Amino acid sequence: MDPRDDTTTDDAIIQVRGLVNRFGEQIVHEDLDLDVRRGEIQGIVGGSGTGKSVLMRAILGLRAPDAGTIQVLGHDPQSGRASDRIAIERNTGVLFQDGALFSSLTVSENVQVPLKEHHDLPDRLREELALLKVKLAGLPADAAAKLPSQLSGGMRKRAGLARALALDPPLLFLDEPTAGLDPIGAAAFDDLIRTLQEALGLTVFLVTHDLDTLYAICDRVAVLADRKVLINAPLQEVEAFDHPWVQEYFHGPRARAAQDTARRQPPAKD
Amino acid sequence: MPAAPARPPAPDRTADARLDAGQLRLSGDWTLGNACDVASALDRVKGPVRGIDAGGVDALDSLGVLRILHFAKQKGLENQAITFQADHQPLVDAIEDVVDERPSARKDYGLHAALGRLGFAVVNNAKEVVALVSFLGENLWKLWGIVRHPSRLRLVSVVHHMEQVGLDAVPLVALLTFLVGAVVAFLGANVLQDFGATQYVVELVSISFLREFAVLLTAIVLAGRTASAFTAQIGAMVSGEEVDAMRTLGLDPVEVLVIPRVIALLVMLPLLTFLAMLAGLLGGMAVAAFSLDIPPQAYYARMEQTMEVRHFLVGMSKAPVFAMVIALIGCLEGLQVEGTAQSVGERTTSSVVQAISLVIVLDAIAAMWFMYMGW
Repeated sequence: MDPRDDTTTDDAIIQVRGLVNRFGEQIVHEDLDLDVRRGEIQGIVGGSGTGKSVLMRAILGLRAPDAGTIQVLGHDPQSGRASDRIAIERNTGVLFQDGALFSSLTVSENVQVPLKEHHDLPDRLREELALLKVKLAGLPADAAAKLPSQLSGGMRKRAGLARALALDPPLLFLDEPTAGLDPIGAAAFDDLIRTLQEALGLTVFLVTHDLDTLYAICDRVAVLADRKVLINAPLQEVEAFDHPWVQEYFHGPRARAAQDTARRQPPAKD
Repeated sequence: MPAAPARPPAPDRTADARLDAGQLRLSGDWTLGNACDVASALDRVKGPVRGIDAGGVDALDSLGVLRILHFAKQKGLENQAITFQADHQPLVDAIEDVVDERPSARKDYGLHAALGRLGFAVVNNAKEVVALVSFLGENLWKLWGIVRHPSRLRLVSVVHHMEQVGLDAVPLVALLTFLVGAVVAFLGANVLQDFGATQYVVELVSISFLREFAVLLTAIVLAGRTASAFTAQIGAMVSGEEVDAMRTLGLDPVEVLVIPRVIALLVMLPLLTFLAMLAGLLGGMAVAAFSLDIPPQAYYARMEQTMEVRHFLVGMSKAPVFAMVIALIGCLEGLQVEGTAQSVGERTTSSVVQAISLVIVLDAIAAMWFMYMGW
């Protein structure tokens, strides 16, 4: 099957070519290509076990792929050179599924970790900047002094987002940002991501299962199935794509509900 | 694949601020990487400022915006007096919405805080003692329930824990007590030699091991090895909400998790103590044979003449008490874990410390009591 990939442009902020990931006998990705365009919210969907998180981990350099090349912001995460690693670390922010906050540090200290590691700032300024990020992520100021265990699941996600934004990275990775949130919280989180994306000019790599999120904020959606990217295109095109999984996913009862919601409240797209 | 950068590397631009007839013109990169430049550029500004023109800024991030807004506030400027590029406006709007107060006061590290911590520590320790006593009561009550309805006992679990805490600890306990027995014999012989009473080494080793060392060393080894394992196992289950799941399924965590461990330790600690006694006596015998010229036959004969069974009973009587202390502290600390990985670590440390200190304290009290009783 020829992936209908119309994004092969020079403006790709992430470029994956011929990626192969294997776990023993089990092949997760085979010859996978993907381009993520600058300034877009790129959704990644796929059934369980299609390797969405594995793809993200490979792009972040957390997992060495078995074959293929990856370029993130013009750097190769697998090169082993410290300069590439640092460039990627400084220019990407990652929100892990459960926030992955350091449990022994307060929210404010969590946000300060990357600032401390990469920049030499006066303590006072660093604290101010951390507080700014905490509030930008939609948390009240008094949450900054709390430990992650004192926060609810939704607040932990926001705190994780604040930490991901600490260095003002141009590229943001979100792994299932709305999983485990109530619908109102999830919708608010979608809005927050859209707002921040516009304000900070971010490119967002968004792994999700949440149809509402797809319809509300994604510019472009890549479908992972059969070990590769089936299609990477705006939602209308993806919906029309002829593949059993895609049809079932986008035309099941849950998808119709999400489509209805999206139609009633058109996303705040520019 | 050419390694052409998708984005040109940022040129080395600095942040600059020029005062021009009351109008402050900013240029360059006002970003996190330029934080020092940003600070010094603003520090250099002298004289009254009526407006800020940030239209010439090439790159702007939240640090730059924060600095510019704070500077404007210092100079008493309204936000309208600052102009930004249209590209940067959304970022500025987002930050203007949330920037207001400064971070709250830092932690207090003074005498006040030290006193407060002391107070909390005292109260927490008192609570811990109460919790341990009530946990003991709960366990005794549930053990009694199992005695009346033996079918409620989880035999598989008990045997599993017996293997883990007992059988697996055999080499360690035997080796350690053998070595301590040898050391006691050696040191004792050195002192007794001056009085020409080397053969009293036999009594020294046998009495000290039967009464004290065997049970004490075994209990300390198990407090380090088993109490920590119990706390970590149960703590991980608590933080994974497994214990809550058990409760909702109608299972009693104490009956499922704690009682089998308590019984396993109650059975295995006396057995290990017996083994430790043998190993310690063997250690003494080995030193006697190899460096004190007391052949094993003579050593054995003297032991048979002088050893009294009451020493053995005194030592053995302490084993179940220590077993109970170790098992209860290990399990109770595990059940008190609160969700985080750090909490599991803290509780594990605390359970080992508590178990070892309580074992030693109880042993000291018991030693005095047995002495006064003349046993």
